[in-house]
Amino acid sequence: MSQYLLAVHTEAGGGSHEQSMTPEEMQSFMGKVVALEAEMKATGAFVFTGRLHDADAATVVRPSDGGLVMTDGPFVESKEHIGGFYIIEADDLDAALVWAGKVVEAIDAPIEVRPFFEMPGA
Amino acid sequence: MTDRHATDVERVFREVYGQAVATLVHLLGDITLAEDAVQEAFVLATDRWPSNGIPPNPAGWIITTARNRAIDDLRRSARGRELTEQLGAVPSTSPAPGAVNLSEDGPVRDDQLRLIFTCCHPALRMEHQVALTLRLLGGLSVDEVARSFLVSETAMAKRLVRAKYKIAAAKIPYRVPAEADLPERLRSVLSVLYLIYNTGVDDPERALLRSEGIRLARALVELLPDEPEAAGLLALMLLSESRVPARTAEGAVVLLGDQDRTRWDRGMIEEGQAIVRACIRRDLPGPFQLQAAIQAVHCDADSLDATDWPQLVALYDHLFSVMPTPVVALNRAIAVGEIEGPAAALTALDAIAADLDTYHLMHAARGTTLRRLGRRDEARAAFERAAHLAPTEMDRRFLAQQIEGSAEDGATPLRG
Repeated sequence: MSQYLLAVHTEAGGGSHEQSMTPEEMQSFMGKVVALEAEMKATGAFVFTGRLHDADAATVVRPSDGGLVMTDGPFVESKEHIGGFYIIEADDLDAALVWAGKVVEAIDAPIEVRPFFEMPGA
Repeated sequence: MTDRHATDVERVFREVYGQAVATLVHLLGDITLAEDAVQEAFVLATDRWPSNGIPPNPAGWIITTARNRAIDDLRRSARGRELTEQLGAVPSTSPAPGAVNLSEDGPVRDDQLRLIFTCCHPALRMEHQVALTLRLLGGLSVDEVARSFLVSETAMAKRLVRAKYKIAAAKIPYRVPAEADLPERLRSVLSVLYLIYNTGVDDPERALLRSEGIRLARALVELLPDEPEAAGLLALMLLSESRVPARTAEGAVVLLGDQDRTRWDRGMIEEGQAIVRACIRRDLPGPFQLQAAIQAVHCDADSLDATDWPQLVALYDHLFSVMPTPVVALNRAIAVGEIEGPAAALTALDAIAADLDTYHLMHAARGTTLRRLGRRDEARAAFERAAHLAPTEMDRRFLAQQIEGSAEDGATPLRG
């Protein structure tokens, strides 16, 4: 088994997708997400999930002359930012891609699938 | 004698490379380790075979030698201990250690099929799929693959390293896809093989890609005899290949209508047409089978005039229904022109002109059609645009002739 990060990418200005939803649409959206997470848990694929605030809330900290420098905003100015993620367990990439497909269907946003580095002998 | 031996050894290497790497990937679970082991076995073979002769089962010799080398190497490294333990417990589907059974080629063939699907996995970008397939299954050297795609050897080596890194890190499986995923995954494999073949078309320097494309398609048909699209791809390649000897003369393009059809390769045509007939009997048409059927109709005719154009239009209609691309529409328009005349062809071409504005063959087809209509200046402009977009020197030379030719045509009706 390997772990994969399923990073959900959302457009800058975030949440616009949800803000434009009617209460009925919102309810159906939440229903799909809850069902998906239940399925992940039932099959043992679920490890962790998190939802992030908008990239406007990000702060970058980097080393500078032995000290630290902080800048407001995310690493890269871009239209799409990571808005949330799942960490799942899967046998291989094909299995991870099946979960990615389900997440995409549930939330209607693109997903980046990335394998976790495994420590040798761990 | 030694030269002949060296050529034989080289030929055997190319034939068994894909098989050997596929089996070693299965045994070792790692492509780079498998390649290194096979490479070591080849070095040993180069040393021994010229004097001892090529063994009766060269693939078996290479695989067994590579396997033993890999185990020796692994035992010497700490990291290898874990892997050698795994090797000791290889599941029964794998050849037993020391007794790789190659007369029963079942497991070996399955390994090759697995490796094809790994190399052509849709999570890898197309150029990486192609490079991996040629390197691992075709047995081409990194330099040969690099030259085929007009990049430096260093750039190609990096591309292969990146692709193999992704396979290992993301755990792209080494497995024939499940029934449900097979159609989509097979499409990816077929596209890669067709791209390999097509990259070698009309370039004598890259003829190796055409023979590799055909060889890999043939292997795929043997591995997946029940997939009509794989058979269709092989037929399409064979029927295209059959006309190669007549497609050029003295380094210049010869159009279908002007080709010396006695130079077409009858053996390939017969094989290709037999496959097309078998596909028709099976009646599960798909894009590659339909394209092969179209080529089969062309190959059936003794001359351009004797071509069954209504049959071709019907096939293009069918093809367009499953693959509605502007290029298919372009070819259909040309076939329509042969039945209904250039005015009908021009109407059809103008309908897709915007979609194919950067495709030289669309402008060349418009040029030919306009020339037949006596619209000399417009024909010339179309050929000039085509020449500007043409990818090869040979195409540009051909189009330059057309530009000259349209200027020499009889005077067009005066414009007032």
